[in-house]
Amino acid sequence: MPELISFLEPDSAVIGRRPAIIADLAQLLPESCLITEERELMPFDTDAFVSYRRMPLAVVLPETTAQVAAVLKYCNDNAISVVPRGAGTSLSGGAIPQEDAIVIGVSKMNQILEVDYANRAARVQAGVTNISISQAVDADGFFYAPDPSSQLACTIGGNIGMNSGGAHCLKYGVTTNNLMGVKMVMFDGSIVDIGGKALDSSGYDLLGLICGSEGQLGIVTEATVRLLAKPEGARPVLFGFETSVAAGACVTDIIGAGIIPVAIEFMDKPAIEICEAFAHAGYPMDVEALLIVEVEGSDAEMDAMLARIIEIARRHGVKTIRESQSATEAALIWKGRKSAFGATGRIADYICMDGTVPLGQLSYVLAKTSEITDRYGLRVANVFHAGDGNMHPLILFDANDPEESLKAEMAGNDILKLCVDAGGCLTGEHGVGIEKRDLMRHQYSDADLAQQMRVRAAFDPKWILNPSKVFPLEGRNGSQEGNQSTLALAAQGGAGGTGKAAA
Amino acid sequence: MSLSEIQYPESEDDVARIVSQAHAAGLPIEVRGGGTKIGLGRPSQSASVLSLAKLTGITNYDPSELVMAARAGTPLHEIEAALAANNQMLTFEPMDHRPLLGVDGEPTIGGVFAGNISGPRRIQAGAARDNLLGVRFVNGSGEIVKSGGRVMKNVTGLDLVKLLAGPWGTLGVLCEVIFKVLPKPETAVTIAVSGLNDAEAAEAMAAAMAMSVEVSGAAHLPLSVAYRFGDILKGEATTVLRLEGLTPSVDVRTERLVVEMRRRGEVSVLDAEATRDLWRDIRDVKPFAVQRTKPVWRVSVAPSAGHQLVAALRLKTGVDAFYDWQGGLVWLQMEAEPEADLVRQYIKALGGGHATLVRADAATRAAVPVFEPQPRALDALSRRIKDQFDPGGILNPGRMTASM
Repeated sequence: MPELISFLEPDSAVIGRRPAIIADLAQLLPESCLITEERELMPFDTDAFVSYRRMPLAVVLPETTAQVAAVLKYCNDNAISVVPRGAGTSLSGGAIPQEDAIVIGVSKMNQILEVDYANRAARVQAGVTNISISQAVDADGFFYAPDPSSQLACTIGGNIGMNSGGAHCLKYGVTTNNLMGVKMVMFDGSIVDIGGKALDSSGYDLLGLICGSEGQLGIVTEATVRLLAKPEGARPVLFGFETSVAAGACVTDIIGAGIIPVAIEFMDKPAIEICEAFAHAGYPMDVEALLIVEVEGSDAEMDAMLARIIEIARRHGVKTIRESQSATEAALIWKGRKSAFGATGRIADYICMDGTVPLGQLSYVLAKTSEITDRYGLRVANVFHAGDGNMHPLILFDANDPEESLKAEMAGNDILKLCVDAGGCLTGEHGVGIEKRDLMRHQYSDADLAQQMRVRAAFDPKWILNPSKVFPLEGRNGSQEGNQSTLALAAQGGAGGTGKAAA
Repeated sequence: MSLSEIQYPESEDDVARIVSQAHAAGLPIEVRGGGTKIGLGRPSQSASVLSLAKLTGITNYDPSELVMAARAGTPLHEIEAALAANNQMLTFEPMDHRPLLGVDGEPTIGGVFAGNISGPRRIQAGAARDNLLGVRFVNGSGEIVKSGGRVMKNVTGLDLVKLLAGPWGTLGVLCEVIFKVLPKPETAVTIAVSGLNDAEAAEAMAAAMAMSVEVSGAAHLPLSVAYRFGDILKGEATTVLRLEGLTPSVDVRTERLVVEMRRRGEVSVLDAEATRDLWRDIRDVKPFAVQRTKPVWRVSVAPSAGHQLVAALRLKTGVDAFYDWQGGLVWLQMEAEPEADLVRQYIKALGGGHATLVRADAATRAAVPVFEPQPRALDALSRRIKDQFDPGGILNPGRMTASM
């Protein structure tokens, strides 16, 4: 199958030294933490962006921060690429390795180290799954707010790498708004602690920079996260509309009226059909678009808020309104939504886009998205976080058909450009990875990108950390042309266009 | 450029040209918004001033999108007036430093973000940095750079927006900021518990924050400062908890919180108007806005450590204090000397955090590190980052640390 996305040329010298490298790694970690057999390496050859696969040179699964530090120092000293990995649920290829790279997975570091209710904080190892934090504090009336759809599997380390969001971040924010501190191993094996239980840090906001840096600034081994008091109750309500435009306008009016529900999720007709067939959630089948609006609080509060939301929905000609009458029913409504990707995967291959647009552009972008997929002769299902404009068109295709696969990728690129042109961005919560790397120039100027790359070089001067991801490969791929370009200089940590070298 | 020259760029291109020239000439620049926080930070070492006073105006505001964009020099009061006209607000409640520092002038929206200035609602709604969605700035080489945008969720590339929130103009000159805004709450009340000592207050605030009542402000005003709030408090130590939202919600939550707090002390409920005045005064550190010769620290620690810090300091030196952010934001007014070493040593002993010398005379600010000195590894990292934004070291040199 032809591949639209290229990787950095693997370093044949590193590959040639593979046996020696493996022997060296065996000195740094217990045998049980080192994977080198081809059969055992295969599960690590991709993540949830499955159209691309590369075998790693080796995989290490350290049990301690000190082991992570030892491996990273070794890799930096020997100029070997490193690909950090949580649970491998990245939808943008953020954890896909390469033939000359060592995967450092944090899955064995899965302990909750401390729960501190007085300061509403939990200190956890990076390999802890997202949901297990909420589960650990649930009985005491607390939870951890960011809830990506993959929360059963994905790790907090991966969440930090991608600055993950979720359905409920409309009210509670994404990972960066709920992260208080990290312990991180730097490129040279040094270990730094940033932030902690105080609400803010002094100096530059390194924590904010690290969050969402896609494993390119260091490897986080521990995190301190914010715990919140669990709401007394939550109630999702289904609203069915005859058109997507009406549903989109209803979202804008709810937000504009000063009501911030905990979540507003949008599904179009194809998504409703796919999810209903899988989850039997009782979604109405005679509507073109569905909103799941969730409110929280005591019964009296939820009643009051819902009354206002229903009034707004009626103004937009809502056809069906269904309030969940029980916890079971509420869970079922969410099951349909949260299984959207899995359910789609049962009927077709798909790629999931993640562009975010200003709320006022929702209806326009939805209509244009259909035009784009129609043009390529593909089907699209839309299921996304409408309250914050984070779109998730799922482009359906047949992975066994090379031509259709290519069309799907091209349609995806067109949709993301559409999002940027509508005042939005390429990715709201999935990250750039390899998937959107070559579109970065559509959103950013060379000066914008060069500034980011210089900052990145300040953390990782040799670019050993996840090097094929996020930033254009230009000037970094062997002896290819463009080595004197702005971006190539920035990759070397050089100063900006006025030519003065960094101090 | 003459020594005392003040330049007033009227466009982003003007800013780029001025910085570019200064970079080429190796001349430092003091970046200034409204100048209300000039007294915060180390005294300036710059020959010329770049004022953003003429780079003004709201550039994009559609209330239904909950986002506003404005040029950095736009006065804060203009932003707040435009938001109020649509029943919206800056949810992070930025502090107004004028009363505390005893200065005039108009704070600007750029200055608010350059200092990451947040108020009492920070515990619920996040800091200024959490509400900043996008920036356009000019780096120290004179290049125009953008990061982020006007959407709520954005993980496209490195989040430089966070770095540009709070560096006090040392990484770039903010030209335009894009930020989240929220509807004003329909109503607000304050549950006031009187008679608690600092330790009891910390427990009471933690208990309130552990309830599902969405406290949007949690402060403790010990006896020594309570009388500064005039008629709002009854002149006794008072722990105050703010609830905001739709009226039916606030009613239900007030009832629940009052029941819980009655077990701890005498409870009264302040109405919306008193709530507004009280939290404005807490935000602006009114109790210490009187004797302006005394040094004032802003200390950020784990909420449960705040009162322990104050208790420890009291055994060693003359200090007055009150608490915001559930006890984790401690405002300290020192009787005489700033006692920087003592304050910072105790913070470290209590699990870490940081102290900023918000008010002191220029000689003191030149001698005492105003911002918390960083551990060596983070200091080196910050320095490398600074070099990548401002290779000539011309933007606000010395404002944050003597050598950077």
